Amino acid sequence: MNISNSIRVRKRSNQLVYWMVCLFSFIAMIPLFLILWDVASKGYKNFNLSLFTEVTPSSMDALLANMNGDPIPGGILNGITGSILIVLLAILFSVPLGLFIGIYLSENRERKFAKAVSFLTDLLQGMPSIVIGIIAYAWAVKPLGGYSALAGSVALTIMMLPMIVRSTEETLKMLPHSYKEAGLALGSSYTNVVFRILLPSGFGGIFTGILLAISRVMGETAPLMLTALGASVVNWDVLEPTSAIPLLIWDFYNDPNLVDLVWSSSLLLLIVIFILNWIAKIVARKWKI
Amino acid sequence: MENINNNNGMEPILQLKEVSVSYAPGTKAVKDVTTDIYPNTITAIMGPSGCGKSTLLRAINRMHDLYPNIKTTGDILLKGENIFNFDPMEVRRMAGMVFQQPNPFPTMSIYDNVLAGYKLNGIRLDKKEKDEIVEQSLKGVALWNEVKDVMSKRGSFLSGGQQQRLCIARTLALKPEILLMDEPTSALDPISTNKIEELLLELKNQFTIIIVTHNMSQAARISDNSMFMYLGELVEHGNTTQMFTKPKNKRTEEYLTGVFG
Repeated sequence: MNISNSIRVRKRSNQLVYWMVCLFSFIAMIPLFLILWDVASKGYKNFNLSLFTEVTPSSMDALLANMNGDPIPGGILNGITGSILIVLLAILFSVPLGLFIGIYLSENRERKFAKAVSFLTDLLQGMPSIVIGIIAYAWAVKPLGGYSALAGSVALTIMMLPMIVRSTEETLKMLPHSYKEAGLALGSSYTNVVFRILLPSGFGGIFTGILLAISRVMGETAPLMLTALGASVVNWDVLEPTSAIPLLIWDFYNDPNLVDLVWSSSLLLLIVIFILNWIAKIVARKWKI
Repeated sequence: MENINNNNGMEPILQLKEVSVSYAPGTKAVKDVTTDIYPNTITAIMGPSGCGKSTLLRAINRMHDLYPNIKTTGDILLKGENIFNFDPMEVRRMAGMVFQQPNPFPTMSIYDNVLAGYKLNGIRLDKKEKDEIVEQSLKGVALWNEVKDVMSKRGSFLSGGQQQRLCIARTLALKPEILLMDEPTSALDPISTNKIEELLLELKNQFTIIIVTHNMSQAARISDNSMFMYLGELVEHGNTTQMFTKPKNKRTEEYLTGVFG
C-alpha cells in the first residue's frame, strides 16, 4: 500500500469514528427526551393550582371524579410540605457534618485515618438506598418509637453526606496552596484561615455540591418508605409520620383511581430538580476562582 | 564566615545562629547559616535553584512549622529575642512575607484585602482606623491613586503587578519589623517588576527587607547586601557592590560570571 492510500484510509476511519460518536450521542438523548415529553404531556392536565394547595384526595372522591369525567380533585400539598421538611432537616444535619469531614480530608491527605475515611465515603456513595433506609429504620425509627420526618431526614442525611464530603474535599484541594500560606503568614490562626479564606474561596464548588446532593435525595423513595412512611395530611411535626412527593408518586401508582396524579407529581419533581441543577450551574460559573 | 562591616555601629535587627533546616532526617537543605542583618537595608539572597534560599527565608517566619517533616535547628533572633520563644502566629506578624505568585484573597475586596491581617487576627477596628490603615498602606505601595475608586472590587480584578503591590500593602498594614520576599517579581512583567523594585527602595526607609531572587541584576540594582548560597551553605555575605566587583569566594565569582547556576 502506498502512502497516499494509507492517509485516505486513516481519513475515512477518522470520519467513521466521528459519525459513530455523533450517532450514539443522539441515540442516548432519545430516552431522555421521551421521558421529559411523556411526563410533561401527561402531567400538565392535573398541573394546576389545586396541586399545590390541596392535600391528596381520597380514593373514593377520585373515583367519582373519574366517572364524571372531571379532573381529579385535590393535590399533593402534604407531599410538598413533607419533602421540604424532611430535606431541610437533612440539610441541617449533613451540611455541617459534610463540611467538617471534607475539610479534614483535604487537610490531612497523608494520614491513614483520612485515607480510611475517604475510602468509606466512596463506599457510602455506592450504598443502595434501600439499605440506607433499613439502617435509618434501626437507628431512628426504632429508638424514636415510630415513623417520622426526623427518621426520614436521618436516611437522607446519610445519602447526602458522601456527596457533600467529596465536593468540599475536591474544591478545597483545588485552591492554590498559597492562599493558606498567605493567611498564615499574616499571623492568622489555622481556624481563621479555614473559615475566612479557604471555605469562602471554595464557596462555588461546595455550594454546587450541596445543591446536587439535595437534588439527588429529593427523589429518593425507598429510604423514606421505611422511615417517614407518609401521611395524608400536612404535617410540620418532625416526630410524626410525614409524606413526601416521591412517596405520593408511589401511592398514586398503586391506586388505580389516583394513577393520573402520578404524572403531575412527577412533573413537579422534575421541575424542582431541573431548577436546582440550573442554580448549581449558575453558582459554579459565577463563583469560579 | 566573614561579617559585613557597613553596620554603622547599629545593632543587627535579625541574627541567624547556626540555622539548619532539614526536610528528611540526615539531609540538610540549609546548613549552619550564621549571619546578621541590619535594619533599613535590603538583603538579596542569591544562588542556583535548590540551594536553600527560599528554605532559609521561610525559617525566619517559621513557615516550616506547618509541615511536621521539616525540622529547623539553631537560633534566630529578631530584635535580640529568639523567635522560637514566641508563638509562630506572633512571629509571622513581626516578619511579613510576600510570595512569588501574587495571591490576594479572591473573595475579599481590595479594601478588605489590605485589612486581611487584622480580620484574620480578630483585631477590631473602627471605620476611621480602617480607612486610615488602608489609605496609608496603599499609598505606601503606590497603589492608592490607581484603586481608590474601585475599593469594593475584588483583589483579583487588578493586574498582576497591582495584585503583588496589594499583597505587599496587606503585609505592610500589620507594620512588621522585617519584610521577607520570596522572588516577588518572578511572575511579573518587566514594567511591574520595575515598579516593585522602586517601591522596595522606598520601603527600606521604614522596613528591613530580605529578598530571595533568581535575578542577579535585580540583586545588583536594589540590594545593599547580598548573600550567596550554594548547596545549603551560605558561601558569602557582604556588600553588594563589593560582591559583584570583587567576590571573595571562588564559587561566588563563578556563579556571578555564569560558570554555573
